[in-house]
Amino acid sequence: MAHAFFGGVHPNDMKAATKDKAIEQLAAPAQVVIPMSMHIGAPSKPIVAVGDKVKVGQMIGEPGGFVSVPVHASVSGTVVAVEPRPFSMGGYMTAVVIENDFQNTLSEDVKPAADPEGLTPEQLCEIVKNAGIVGMGGATFPTHVKISSGFGKIDTVIINAAECEPYITGDHRTMLERPEEVVGGAKLLAKMFGLDKVHLGIEDNKMNAVEVLKKVIEETKAPVVLDVFHTRYPQGAEKQLCQAVTGRQVPPGALPSAIGCAVFNLNTVCAIYRAVYQGMPVVNKVVTVSGSGVIEPKNIECPIGTPISKLFDACGGLKEETYKLIMGGPMMGLAQYSTEVSVGKGTGAMLAFAEDEERTSETSSCIRCGKCVGVCPMHLEPLYMFKYGEKNLLDAAEAANVLDCIECGACTYNCPARLHLVHMFRTTKQKINDAKRAAKAKADAEAAAAAAKKEA
Amino acid sequence: MTDYKNLKLIATSSPHIREKTNTTTIMRDVCIALLPALAIAVWNWGVRPLILTVVSVVACVGFEWLYRKAMKKTNTVGDMSAVVTGILLAFVCPVYLPYWMIVVGAFFAIVVAKQLYGGIGKNFVNPALIGRAALLGCYASAMTTWAAPMVKAPLGSTVDAATAATPMAIMKSGDFAALTSTYSLADMFIGRIGGSIGEVSAVMLLLGGAYLVARKVINWHTPAAYILTVAVVTFIFPKGNDPLQWMLYNVLGGGLMLGAIFMATDYATSPVTKKGQLIFGLGCGLLTVMIRYFGSYPEGVCYSILVMNCTTWLIDKYVKPQRFGVSKKEAAK
Repeated sequence: MAHAFFGGVHPNDMKAATKDKAIEQLAAPAQVVIPMSMHIGAPSKPIVAVGDKVKVGQMIGEPGGFVSVPVHASVSGTVVAVEPRPFSMGGYMTAVVIENDFQNTLSEDVKPAADPEGLTPEQLCEIVKNAGIVGMGGATFPTHVKISSGFGKIDTVIINAAECEPYITGDHRTMLERPEEVVGGAKLLAKMFGLDKVHLGIEDNKMNAVEVLKKVIEETKAPVVLDVFHTRYPQGAEKQLCQAVTGRQVPPGALPSAIGCAVFNLNTVCAIYRAVYQGMPVVNKVVTVSGSGVIEPKNIECPIGTPISKLFDACGGLKEETYKLIMGGPMMGLAQYSTEVSVGKGTGAMLAFAEDEERTSETSSCIRCGKCVGVCPMHLEPLYMFKYGEKNLLDAAEAANVLDCIECGACTYNCPARLHLVHMFRTTKQKINDAKRAAKAKADAEAAAAAAKKEA
Repeated sequence: MTDYKNLKLIATSSPHIREKTNTTTIMRDVCIALLPALAIAVWNWGVRPLILTVVSVVACVGFEWLYRKAMKKTNTVGDMSAVVTGILLAFVCPVYLPYWMIVVGAFFAIVVAKQLYGGIGKNFVNPALIGRAALLGCYASAMTTWAAPMVKAPLGSTVDAATAATPMAIMKSGDFAALTSTYSLADMFIGRIGGSIGEVSAVMLLLGGAYLVARKVINWHTPAAYILTVAVVTFIFPKGNDPLQWMLYNVLGGGLMLGAIFMATDYATSPVTKKGQLIFGLGCGLLTVMIRYFGSYPEGVCYSILVMNCTTWLIDKYVKPQRFGVSKKEAAK
């Protein structure tokens, strides 16, 4: 491998707890709560009402715009509520609540493509769109938008199998247990973008998965190149993965398509495969349930909308001392207040902490050790960004490129003074963007007023 | 099954895990790295350097505690940075320095150089070196009276104690023959020479430096740039006929190792980027040789680092990492 990204950290990967545990199917929950926004973009609009009977794979929410996706029923049964429910991203979100009839009746719409090999890229993209596929690594950007906006611009497609967050092993298990889905999905991506090969980026802590994939790739003569990287966080960050595979850097404020790259999470690739060959939209998700608070950590496949409490139940419950629940990995995941929130399309892990993972201690003063500069994969100087953020010097913070921060958490993980760096950058970015919006609104209003004056 | 309602959950911003290292463990590592050099001092001069070091540490921690208390600020003595300053201050002082004098040095180091600027991380010059510079100004004679090597220093009055010239002083006098006959290169390397408490043993300081690099407490960039610069410049412009020998005496002698490994790498007073650290080390090296060659003092490490400390903000301002996604050419536009 000729390329690498700069910086990064090596947290204890904590994957041993679940990496050898086969994916278990969750006993169907009695009720699922399916939020209408499990993607970036406009929320979907519910198209079912209380009392409606729904089947697995049936559309229950239609896209709310171009950058949006449909939502499908993940169990068969009766709609018992369409109302705001606690939401994993904070606050409440309209959700369709389905009472499971345990019949698992498939919707008539779920049927494989008649001639999968004969589909055009546009037809494939349409299938992806109708299947409600989003970036399932956690970013949840609608996949059809990424594909259609990339037509003709992309020369490198990268499947992200780095799974660089500690604890999470769902992708690892998927590659071991369902390599044909991974490789089949990769073939579809190659076809969509008219490329003779796609890259799959993986860390070297998953060499058994590399072997399994290699075998399937050879047997099926699939156009997949395996790029094995040293295990280092954030190897799986989109920009860093592009850099590692191609040596190119995504310009500030731009997307990977600006340098001819498109990155798809491994789960997304499998979802594309299932959508085309089984006609199945996104209704299930593999979730790693782990952490010191979980009695028996596992990898569980569950219907979308499963309340997270059911996941923990399936793992023997939580320890009493559990003090934190995290949806996602420990580096970028979101802490949850409530066990009522449910699994969404981007939920890769549910962690419970009961021990001293946080090493919570009071923050002290920056000692200028420069470790944050040495680990920042975006080549930033977090200590200065923090100083400016702290003093509310927004111009200085922007000049220090705080908007380039990808919030990977490497600096904060490493900070010996225990400063809440990423948190400061989030709020600083928010303030800068708010100020920009306000300035633009003011300018627009003044322009409109001037125009009105002229006319009068 | 678990009653999830009873969980006492906290929700904070990511990341949710932290490295074990914190400010205190870093400072503790620096103390550990300084121990071998202290051991050589005890082997050389007996218990006196140890007592002097303890007095210095107690004074530094005491001044820090008192200042924070008096100013009603959160007390920071727990971070152990004052302990490091205390050890370093003793290390740059002569063995025969009266105990009370080092307390004066500790006051300048902790109160004047560090706390008046806001405490840990906010000082712009190295506290221990300011302590030394102040003492040299106040008590020039005591600060330049050097114990002879391998002589047990008296614990009390040192009026009649055996003194010796340091290698740097002999080199300054230009009598290179006297130098090689007084101190062999092996003496220089091990530390059987006259000098400050902690500076004499190159090998023990290098050992400590290796520990700090291995523990990722310091980058190798600053010490490497500093020592290499001194080596190269003295080799190119030797005094005497043997450039290699001249270079080795320059590298092993004086406070170079102590300064390069433990002083120039001080976080608060040196640049944060590796490139900046290389420049900083280069500057320290050039200034050190210039003072040794042209200055009125035999040794220049202390003032070189203090001067370069003052350029840190400038280096940090102009030596930035290359912005991600922007090539050097684009950035230049």
